[in-house]
Parts: sequence; C-alpha cells; structure tokens
Amino acid sequence: MGELRLMKGNEVIAEAAIRCGCDGYFGYPITPQSEVMETLMDREPWNETGMVVLQAESEIASIHMIYGAAATGKKVITSSSSPGISLMAEGISYIAGSELPCVIVNVQRGGPGLGTIQPSQADYYQSTKGGGHGDYHLIVLAPSSVQEMNDFVELGFQLAFKYRNPAMILTDGVIGQMMEKVVLADYIPRLTDEEIDQKYGSWVTNGRKQNRQRNIITSLEMDSARMENNNLRLQEKYARMEEEDVLFEEIQCEDAEYLLVAFGSSARICQKAVDQAREKGIKVGLLRPISLFPFPKKPIAALAKQVKGMLVVEMNAGQMIEDVQLAAGCSIPVKHFGRMGGIIPSPGEVVEALEQKLIGG
Amino acid sequence: MELKDIINPNNLVYEKPKLLTENTMHYCPGCSHGVIHRLLAEVIEDMGIQDKTIGVSPVGCAVFAYNYLEIDWQEAAHGRAPAVATGIARTNPDKVVFTYQGDGDLASIGTAEIMHACNRGENMVVIFVNNGIYGMTGGQMAPTTLLGQITATTPNGRDAGRNGYPLKITELIAQLPGTSYVTRQSVHTPATIRKCKKAITKAFQAAIDKKGTSFVEVVSTCNMNWKMTPVKANEWMVDNMFPFYVPGDLKDSSKNDPESYTPLKN
Repeated sequence: MGELRLMKGNEVIAEAAIRCGCDGYFGYPITPQSEVMETLMDREPWNETGMVVLQAESEIASIHMIYGAAATGKKVITSSSSPGISLMAEGISYIAGSELPCVIVNVQRGGPGLGTIQPSQADYYQSTKGGGHGDYHLIVLAPSSVQEMNDFVELGFQLAFKYRNPAMILTDGVIGQMMEKVVLADYIPRLTDEEIDQKYGSWVTNGRKQNRQRNIITSLEMDSARMENNNLRLQEKYARMEEEDVLFEEIQCEDAEYLLVAFGSSARICQKAVDQAREKGIKVGLLRPISLFPFPKKPIAALAKQVKGMLVVEMNAGQMIEDVQLAAGCSIPVKHFGRMGGIIPSPGEVVEALEQKLIGG
Repeated sequence: MELKDIINPNNLVYEKPKLLTENTMHYCPGCSHGVIHRLLAEVIEDMGIQDKTIGVSPVGCAVFAYNYLEIDWQEAAHGRAPAVATGIARTNPDKVVFTYQGDGDLASIGTAEIMHACNRGENMVVIFVNNGIYGMTGGQMAPTTLLGQITATTPNGRDAGRNGYPLKITELIAQLPGTSYVTRQSVHTPATIRKCKKAITKAFQAAIDKKGTSFVEVVSTCNMNWKMTPVKANEWMVDNMFPFYVPGDLKDSSKNDPESYTPLKN
C-alpha cells in the first residue's frame, strides 16, 4: 500500500510522474497548472531517479521536445492549460501521426482566447475530436479526484505505450488546484537503454545498433496509397481502443429513471446532485465517462433503454452532449446544462435543471 | 591494360561512404545538399559514431534527408528541429544528435527554437544550409534573401521597406553563451569541401565533448530557384552572398574563453 498524503492535484501529477519512472518532463508555465513544473523543480528528480525536467521557451518547443524524447522510447510527459494546448496542437498531431507514446496533461481554463484562469471543460471538442490537423485521436482520460490525477499518469502511459499513441489527462482548474488525500503509487524504476532496445528496438530512433535496421520516425508519406494505409492503420487502432479500453463509472444507475452524464469535476458535483435529487424522491443516476476517447457509447445506449431522459452536465456550452446524443439515439430526450467562463455549477442548480428541463418538461 | 586492371582496390582514391544509402537523391542537379550529405556520412563514418547518432531532418528541401544516411532519423515539424533534438539529447545524454535545417526552417519559422536551444547550450550539432531562398515550395523569399534578390514573392527584388532586411542569424547565434563553435562554410570547390568537412568534424567532436551547441552554416546554392546553371550559381554565390555572409569561423571557444556569466548568490 502506498504512502497517504494531502496534496494538490497539480502537485500529484508531478509526484506520480517521478514515481512511475518517467524519463522526462518538458513544459512551460501557465495558470492554473504551474505547480506541476514547480513541484518537479523543487523535488529535483534528476538526483533521485535521473528524470529530466526542462522549462522550455514555449509550449510549442515543449511538445516538440516530447516528440523527440518519445521517439527514443523514453517515458515523457508535459502539462499545460487550454491556450498552451492550442499552441501544442501542431506537435500533438505529429506525435499522433508518427505513432509515439506520451502523456499530455491539460488543466483546462475558460476560453476562447486568453479567456480566464478559472476552471472550464470547454476543451472537450479539442481533446476528443482531434485538436490539430488530420484524422487522429488522443486517448483522453478525465480524472474527477486528486487520487485519479495520481492513478491516470501511469494508466495514461500504459495505454500510450500499448497503442503507441499520445494520451491526454483532461482535467481542469478545480481538480488541479484542490487538495485531497491521495494514496501515492510505489516507485517503478526507469527503463535502462538496454531494456528500451529490447522492448522497443523495432521503432525507436536512439542510434542504429549493429543488430537492427535503421529506424525512421516520421509522419510524412508522399505516396497517396501508402498514406491512406497509414490512416487506415490509425483508424483500426482507434477502433481497437473502443473495443478494449473504454472506462466509465456508473453511480446509482440500477433503479434510475433519469440519468446525469458528466465527466471530471462536473461529475463530482453531479454525485452530490444525485443524492439531493434522491432526497426529493427523484430516482436519478450518474454515468461518468472516464475515457472521453474512447467514449463509453455502449453503457449510454443501454441506459437509454432504461431511463426517461438524460441531462448532460458540463462546464461548457454543450460539447460532450453530442456524443451522448449519438450514443443514446432519439428515443429519449437528452438535454444539456452548463455554466461557462469559469463558473462552477452547484449541485442544487443541477437538480433544478433536471427538474425544469426533463421532469417538468 | 583492361578495365578490370584499373578497377582494383590498389587504385582506389575515393569511394562512396558506406553510410550513404543507394537511394537516388531527389535534389536538383547542382544543389549543394548532396555534397553536404556526403560530408556528414563521411564524418559520422570516420568518427565511428553511427550506432549513437540521431539525425533530425527539417521541413524544406532536406525533408527527405532520412532517405540518404544509414542512421536513425526523426523528421521534425517546420522549424522545430532544435526542440526535437533537445528532447532527444536531454533524455539520451550519451547519444550524438544533429539537426539539418534550411534558412526558412531555421531563420524564419524556427527562430525561437534555434535561439533557445543554442542559448541553453544543448549538446548537439546544427547544420544550417543557407541558400537564401525557399527551395521546396518553389523559390519564395527567405529571411536570408539578399536585398534586390529576385524570388517568387519578391518578383522585383527584395525591398527593405516592404520585406525587411536579410537576417544574419549566424552572427546572432555566435553571441549566445551556449554555443562553443560557430562557423560559416561553403562546398563549391574541392578546397572548401575539405574545409567544410573539417568544420563538421570539429562540430561533432564538440558535441561529443559536451561543449554545448556547435553551429555550422553552409552557404549554398539553389541554382534551380535562382534560375541559373550550377556553374553560374556558384559564381553568383561567391560574388553576392560571400560579401554579406562572410565565410570563416565566428566563434571558437577552444581558442577563446567564452564570456563569463556569474550567477547571483542566494
């Protein structure tokens, strides 16, 4: 059993990275996630595990440093917040196109533009539908507690290496800034160069050894037929994710007549809203998508046959609702309740919205 | 004497470096890239560092550089090669990393990345091929295009008022304390090719010795987009580029002590 601590979500990302045997962090300061790099610099993991920590000149540079290090089979992570993730879009597209593993943490703030430093979930589209150019997807994990901030770092790496695909931890200023108790993971040693050669020798660009062909990491292919095949291979990979790695949580859904669907910090609020609604005699459950890509379509489709309506609660103008509607079909009403601009809805507001938009309507 | 008597190991004066692949180069006849690739192959082979060298290729004419050298390569986004190389070098300190970049890639879209990588003194080599024009996209103005030079986007010649001035980025790089060896070379004659090879060798040795960033500019021709014969392009380069981009070493910290910076006391 790991060590129990009281920590901030952002600090836990740093701690989890060190403990899971990360080889490097490259990042650039931006509110509300600067504690990630500050914690790392304070911890000096280069003395402890040999992990590299570098403050880059921009988010553009940090994601391309990640691209470089990931190509050598290293376990590397970066973090930023919404405007910084937009700057990283170029590099993320290259990493997805070159099929490299890495973990990217987005501690979302309100947008568009410079927006606000307050929490938001308005990067759902950007994270799950691509974000950069081309047909690609990230593996997107949405933690709703400080504990999950810890757990999803190693989980993100496992999935990233399983699929050779970038994984994003999509969180927000609420989870990043709040303090909770957390059970920290035990240390996993970093891989040696020999272990990397053994495990990933078929693709890593860490210097051509006598016993292998040279490796080339690129997303470029001038032959259209081959480029289409590369795209088809990516699509097959995403389909496999949908078969094997959908993550979600169902709370009080067994007897539910109405369903809340929410991820991340909104799901925490909805958990309380479920209790409040049930005190009023409304049988409501909560489905929390944990993997936003691959999206839990099947459990939503199954619950659509059980409940009278669904309310999708997000801190945005209505983004995940499109995926919920697609999964639920047209047999029941699927409504949205959201706040924007850094405003966090209260559980009472959610219950009120449920009554007004679904039960009363 | 028959042909087989002539083709004989004892008569060998030059052979293709083993590190050059059999792939036909896509470069235009007369282009400088092929010679620079060959020099890189020779240097890496001579130094015996094939198994630990990683090349980072750019966006531009050298985008396919990875087709021609038998080493591991990674293809960077436009201008980002120094950041990619930083990621490789920092997490693999025992490896030898170089970027190969053109003037649009390095001195325009990638200005931030090259300045900061050099300023941090990343242990890597930068090969900067400056032909004063965008080759791959069809001959548009580059940051290094000379005043008055005709390109696809300066059909009446580069005008300072409209287009700004040609950028001597290598002079800026030489000011940065993270660089140890900064030089400007060319490959238009047998003598300059030999000199350039020495410079590239020195740059790789400095990176291996962890002396910071080494930067080798190679002033080059783009006869196709300059719309000249290869011979005429070489003459044009000597007459017009050399007076502005003067060949020679700009910085050699093995000869001169680098400028000292004293940290604040905490």
